[in-house]
Amino acid sequence: MAKRIGSLDDMEQLRKRIVSGIDPNKTMVTICGGTGCQAYGSDKVFQAFTEEVKRQGVDVEVGVKATGCHGFCERGVVIVILPEEICYLRVRVEDVPEIVSETLVQHKVIERLTYEDPQTGEKSVKESDIPFYKHQSRIVFGKNRFIDPKSIDDYIAIGGYEALAKALCQMTPEQVMDEVKKANIRGRGGGGFPAAVKWQTTRSSPSDVKYVIVNCDEGDPGAYMDRSLMEGNPHSVLEGLTIGAYAIGAHKGFVYVRQEYPLATENTICAIEKAEEYGFLGKNIMNSGFDFTVEVERGAGAFVSGESSALMSAIEGRVGEPRPKYIRTSVSGIWGKPSNLNNVETWANVPLVISKGADWYTSIGTEGSKGTKIFSLVGKVNNTGLVEVPMGTTLREIIYDIGGGILNGKKFKAVQTGGPSGGCIPEQFLDKPVDFDELSKVGAMMGSGGMIVMDEDNCMVDVARYFVNFLSDESCGKCVPCREGLRHYHKILERIVSGEGRESDIELLQDLSDVIKDASLCALGQTAPNPVLTTIQYFRDEYEAHIKERRCPAKVCKDLISFYIEPDKCKACMICLRNCPVGAISGDKGLIHVIDQGKCTKCGTCLDLCPTRFNAVTKLSGEPVPPPPLKREVTREKGSEQ
Amino acid sequence: MKQVTMSIDGKEVKAKEGMTILQAAMEVGIKIPTLCYDDRLASYGACRLCSVEIKKGERSRIVASCVYPVEEGLVVETESPRVQKIRKVILELLRARSPGLKEELAERYEVDKTRLDRDATFCILCGLCVRYCAEVKGANVLGFVGRGTERQVVFFPDIAFKTCPTCKECFNICPTGVIPSDFAVNVPRFEKQPTVFPVRLRDEQNLREFIKKIE
Repeated sequence: MAKRIGSLDDMEQLRKRIVSGIDPNKTMVTICGGTGCQAYGSDKVFQAFTEEVKRQGVDVEVGVKATGCHGFCERGVVIVILPEEICYLRVRVEDVPEIVSETLVQHKVIERLTYEDPQTGEKSVKESDIPFYKHQSRIVFGKNRFIDPKSIDDYIAIGGYEALAKALCQMTPEQVMDEVKKANIRGRGGGGFPAAVKWQTTRSSPSDVKYVIVNCDEGDPGAYMDRSLMEGNPHSVLEGLTIGAYAIGAHKGFVYVRQEYPLATENTICAIEKAEEYGFLGKNIMNSGFDFTVEVERGAGAFVSGESSALMSAIEGRVGEPRPKYIRTSVSGIWGKPSNLNNVETWANVPLVISKGADWYTSIGTEGSKGTKIFSLVGKVNNTGLVEVPMGTTLREIIYDIGGGILNGKKFKAVQTGGPSGGCIPEQFLDKPVDFDELSKVGAMMGSGGMIVMDEDNCMVDVARYFVNFLSDESCGKCVPCREGLRHYHKILERIVSGEGRESDIELLQDLSDVIKDASLCALGQTAPNPVLTTIQYFRDEYEAHIKERRCPAKVCKDLISFYIEPDKCKACMICLRNCPVGAISGDKGLIHVIDQGKCTKCGTCLDLCPTRFNAVTKLSGEPVPPPPLKREVTREKGSEQ
Repeated sequence: MKQVTMSIDGKEVKAKEGMTILQAAMEVGIKIPTLCYDDRLASYGACRLCSVEIKKGERSRIVASCVYPVEEGLVVETESPRVQKIRKVILELLRARSPGLKEELAERYEVDKTRLDRDATFCILCGLCVRYCAEVKGANVLGFVGRGTERQVVFFPDIAFKTCPTCKECFNICPTGVIPSDFAVNVPRFEKQPTVFPVRLRDEQNLREFIKKIE
């Protein structure tokens, strides 16, 4: 049983004791154990390292640790060898013996595993030299890579729970509140509401029972910031939550984790147990007289349960349905008691403010948005992953400097920020600084941090349809504008992408949008029109092409495209013919292949498989498919390929 | 109980704290259209037909008057152009599900009849039956299932066939009349076949005739 920490002195001694047990010069292999890298087999890589260092007899000199997510998910499994900071990417089990013998034993760098810039070919050995990391400032997320999420000592070693000790032993709740107010932390869940104002409301609401809640019901498609933080560094969230509870006067906290995040649940439960052992949670924390316990609540998989009043209903054991919030949840929340809810990332920022001070914190970011923000940068971008930058960083810096630009040298078309509530931002706004206020001005929002990059091959009508489809499934269905509005949105967009759009449809969409926005009960409905409105605003020509010309300019919408084999390019190699799942391609060796448009299901297999040196399969849209060639024999040039 | 003074459609209105805008308006004879509201039930705020525009200082916004509490100095407009547009479109959306619904209001707000594709189930998910059954009768025979556009009202078979035949009070509360229609087909078969069916107009013949009539 660990010793209960009773004072600031105790805390300092504990940290010193833990740190003294760690040799800073000892080689430590940190292996990313985030969900992305786990999918690439990081568990097996970890196991292979543990066995291999033993086998090669360096297990005394070398430590091996599975950590939280490092962020560069595109290149998983990511490992960093400390203290030299040698970063190896796309590591597989087969690479492990070589890494141990070459790098760990002989201190030689293995070039092929280091980062190579796709454009310049330049290599970077050190993690901090890799452009993806170099342009970030990972004050919240960066700690993940030093910590085994199941080890509270790891967290304490890098200064964890010092902020809690400071708050409880040296500050009054009012002082904590003032510091958070001065820091102007705004809600990272998307709303951007000042945390201190919310805290103050709950604090001053008269009630003997108050609650604080961590919202880890992240559900935006493509977003996984909160997941990775909760999985990788659960103590930072618990520490922030406890500090908040102290300031607010709450003695009970909930962590609401969605069912789909088993690792986050596991690591949070483990963290709560460890924190209780040291007395960071429980009765009379650090002898301050303050009691606080935390419980994990699992969601049942409804997107709308991320909305505060719906989430609180779910905690009460009822259906996760929003209620009108004319009386705020911070006044009347769970079981009618004042309940303060903040997002995972918001809570994780609190210890920073307390330990480093509001002055330091406000030196980062823009006038209205302080600190950093974590984004999940996904889509058609070279470096997919989690990115933390100061508020005010431009979209261009995030997508090009950190993200490494668009995949396969294609042309950027739009970036979808803020998930289904956000909007699609076109190229002309790439130099917009990203913060709570600037993106709203162009009809999108920063939201909780989802960032989906789209290129010339994305159809914007199809993108709008995708998000509307998502929302019509995920709306709770209670209020008419959201439920029925989305039903018709969906119908209209479906007919546009299938070439049945009507001339009046754009106007009808806009007309419905005004009402869905104005009259819906909760933020899900109020923001649901954003993907539709921004795509109409910035890509109206694409809507018109679908409706008026039955043409999909990006050649995505299946009903409006045809696959066609160009006779002069086809070498009759049989690859597409053999692989067509519906047998729609006719031809033979030496006979030019032809797609039977009546049979074709437009799966695109032929296009994917046609060798790039032939490039014979193309997509057509808005034009008739030329009739099959009269002469089907392939004319072979001398020396041409079979 | 504290009293607040506010303005509704330019009229000075005194109301007791804790009342909703809708109640305050009713007391002075200002009629706000409603659909899912019933004074025997807790306010629900789902149909949004009772939306009104409120002004606090410079800011103006839309709220549902059946749930928004009165406030000192509040300025309420119950028929602003923004509000009228909302009612018009909400009625249009509802009438795509239940043709002929609220005919008078539809005329008043000049609701378009042709823009939206019709999908006439006649259940508009106002929840009056569900809430009445739960709040007034304490029977909980009806409930919502599904989410989003898949949301539906159902009778729960195992209690319905025992409780409903002697009650039938929800027949009158249903604004579209779909409950009796569904009930007649569904409830008698529950004893033998306890399967959940969504409440919707069951009689296709009647439906066709009905739609013909209103067109």
